[in-house]
Amino acid sequence: MNTIVVSKQISHSPLIELHGVTKVYGTGGAAMHALRGIDLRIDQGEFVAVMGPSGSGKSTCMNILGCLDTPASGAYLFKGVDVGKLSRDQRALLRRNYLGFVFQGYNLLNRTSALENVELPLIYRGTPAVERRERALKALEAVGPKGWKSHTPGELSGGQQQRVAIARAIVTDPKVLLADELTGNLDSAHSREIMELLTSFNSERSITIVMVTHEPDMAAYAGRIIRFLDGVIDSESG
Amino acid sequence: MVTLGGGATVQVSEQIASLGSNLLMITPGQRIGMGQRSAAVAFDVDDAEAIARDIGSISAVAPSSSQGVTVVFGNKNWSTKVTGIDGQYFKVRNWTIESGREFVSSELRAGKAVCILGATVRKELFGGQDPLGSNIRMEKVSCQVIGILEAKGQSTMGTDRDDLILIPLRTFQRRIAGNQDIGLIQVSVQDGVSTDKVKQDIEQLMRVRRHISPSEDDSFSVRDMKEIAKMLTGTTQVLTALLGAVAAVSLLVGGIGIMNIMLVSVTERTREIGVRLAIGALTREVLMQFLVEAIVLSSFGGLFGIVLALTASVGLARVLQVPFVFNSGIVVIAFFFSAAVGVIFGYFPARQAARMDPIEALRHE
Ligand SMILES: Nc1ncnc2c1ncn2[C@@H]1O[C@H](COP(=O)(O)OP(=O)(O)OP(=O)(O)O)[C@@H](O)[C@H]1O
Ligand SMILES: [Mg+2]
Repeated sequence: MNTIVVSKQISHSPLIELHGVTKVYGTGGAAMHALRGIDLRIDQGEFVAVMGPSGSGKSTCMNILGCLDTPASGAYLFKGVDVGKLSRDQRALLRRNYLGFVFQGYNLLNRTSALENVELPLIYRGTPAVERRERALKALEAVGPKGWKSHTPGELSGGQQQRVAIARAIVTDPKVLLADELTGNLDSAHSREIMELLTSFNSERSITIVMVTHEPDMAAYAGRIIRFLDGVIDSESG
Repeated sequence: MVTLGGGATVQVSEQIASLGSNLLMITPGQRIGMGQRSAAVAFDVDDAEAIARDIGSISAVAPSSSQGVTVVFGNKNWSTKVTGIDGQYFKVRNWTIESGREFVSSELRAGKAVCILGATVRKELFGGQDPLGSNIRMEKVSCQVIGILEAKGQSTMGTDRDDLILIPLRTFQRRIAGNQDIGLIQVSVQDGVSTDKVKQDIEQLMRVRRHISPSEDDSFSVRDMKEIAKMLTGTTQVLTALLGAVAAVSLLVGGIGIMNIMLVSVTERTREIGVRLAIGALTREVLMQFLVEAIVLSSFGGLFGIVLALTASVGLARVLQVPFVFNSGIVVIAFFFSAAVGVIFGYFPARQAARMDPIEALRHE
C-alpha cells in the first residue's frame, strides 16, 4: 500500500508536467477562472520561484501541484503518472511519500505542540516513535532556535509558526518541496536564513523546490522564475 | 430517578406483603379525617370470637389492643408501645420469632406476665446482652422476656416497626389497661377468597352485634389491606413513571447537549482533518481516529454519568429511606443512548469532512 504506482523506470521523464491545466471557482455568471491553461515543466532538482500579482492564481496552481486540489481540465503528470487518474488514497500516498507542502496560512494543528505538529507526517509514514522524535527535533532546529518545541501554534508568533510549518514540510525529506509564500511573515534576516537552508536542501539533497514569493530578493535564490498573470504564465526567466 | 421510584414501589409492596396481604383490619369508630376518628365503643373479646365463629372463609383472627408505656430494665428505660395479643396475631401480621418462643395457649388464657420484645426495644434495654429470661418492668407489671421478634425495619411512613412489646391480651387488659376493650381485630382471609365478600359479612355481623339501626352509620370500620396496598403501589408506580419521564427529558436535553458539542468540535476540526489529509493521511485513517475518539469520549461520558447517577441514587435512597433497587435496563439504555449520540454526531460529520478534497476541508470556516 505504501509503495505508490509511480515507478522508477520513468524517472528520466520530467518530474512535474502541467498540460493546459485550468481551474474554475463557482459556476455560471459568478464563475472565477483562476487558471486559464497552464503548461509547465519542472525537472528533478530544480529550484523554481513563482511570482505574480495577488489573485493571479499562484496558490491555486500550487494546490494542484500539491495534489490538494483537482484541475477543472488539463493533465498533471507527476513522474509521468497522470495524477488525475489516481484514486483519493493513491493521491494521499503521493503526498505522504513525495511531497512537502508549506501553506500560505501555515495550517498547523492548533491544539498540539510544535514538535508534535512536525512529527505528524512521520506518524502517517509509520516511522518508529524514537526516530520520529529525533527527526522532528532536527527539522525544528534547522529552521529556528530550540525552545518552542512544546509551544502550541497559539503561543507562537506568525514567523515562528511559519518556521514550524517549514519544519513539518521538510521533516520527511520530500522529493518536492512546495512552498506558498514561506517567507511572507519573516524579516529579511530570517528570510535569508530560510532561503539558505532551502538552497542547501536543493543542492545537497537535490530536493526539487517550487516556491511562491512576492519578493525579488527571495526569488533571486531560485534557478528559474515563473511569472503568473491572470491565470496564465506570463513569462519565464532563468 | 427511575431507580428511586422502583425502589419505593418495591418497598411498599414488600411492606404490604409483610403485613399479610389478605388482611382485614377492623377498628371501632369511623375515620373522619386525617388521623382522626369518631369516638365509639371499643370491641371486646366476644366480638372477635363471633367473627371467628360466624364468618366463613377466614384463616385467622387476631384481636389486640395497644398502649404507650415506659419499660424499665436495670437502670435503663425506654418509651414504647405495648400490644396485648391473642389468637393468631403472629400469623396475620407475618411476624416471626428470632429467638425464644411464642406465647403458649396456657399463657394466653391465664394472662401470664410474659413478653416478647421487638428488636428496637431489645437493643435499647439490653444492648448486646441476652434478654431471654430477664424480667422487665412496665407500669406496675414485672414481665419475663420469653422471645425476640425478627426485625422488620422502618415503614414507608418512617415509623420503626420494631419498637414494640407483645404481651398476652389478657395480661394487657387486666394489668395494664384495666379494662376489657379491644382496639383492633385483624382478620386473615383465606387465599383465593374475595376479601370484599368477607368484608361485607363482617360489616353485617358487627352492625347486628352493635345494634346499629339501618338509618345509622357504622360505628366501626373494616379496611382491606389489599386496597390500601393497591393504592400505595399505584401511587409509587405513578411516581416512578413521572420520575422516568423527567429522566427521559433530561436524557434528551443531555443528548442535544452532546450533539451540539460534537457538531461544534467537528466543525472546528474540519480544518484539522484537512491538515491531516494534506500531509498524506488516508481517509480511513482519519475516520478511524475520529471514530475511536467519539467512542472513547462518549463511553467515558456515559460511564461517568452512570457512576454519578448511581452514587446520587444510593445517597438519595438513603436520605429518603427507600431501598436502592439497581435497574440494569435503565443503566444500559442510558449508556447506549449517550454512546450512540456521541458516535453518530462525532463520527458522521467527521466522515463528511474526510471525504472532501483536502483543500476544501482546509478552507472550511
Ligand atoms: N475557494 C475559492 N473560491 C472562489 N474563488 C477563489 C477561491 N480561491 C481562490 N479564488 C480566486 O482565484 C483567484 C486566484 O487565487 P489565488 O489564491 O490562486 O491567488 P494568488 O496568486 O495566490 O494570490 P496571493 O498572492 O494573494 O496569494 C483569485 O481571484 C481568487 O479570488
Ligand atoms: Mg496565494
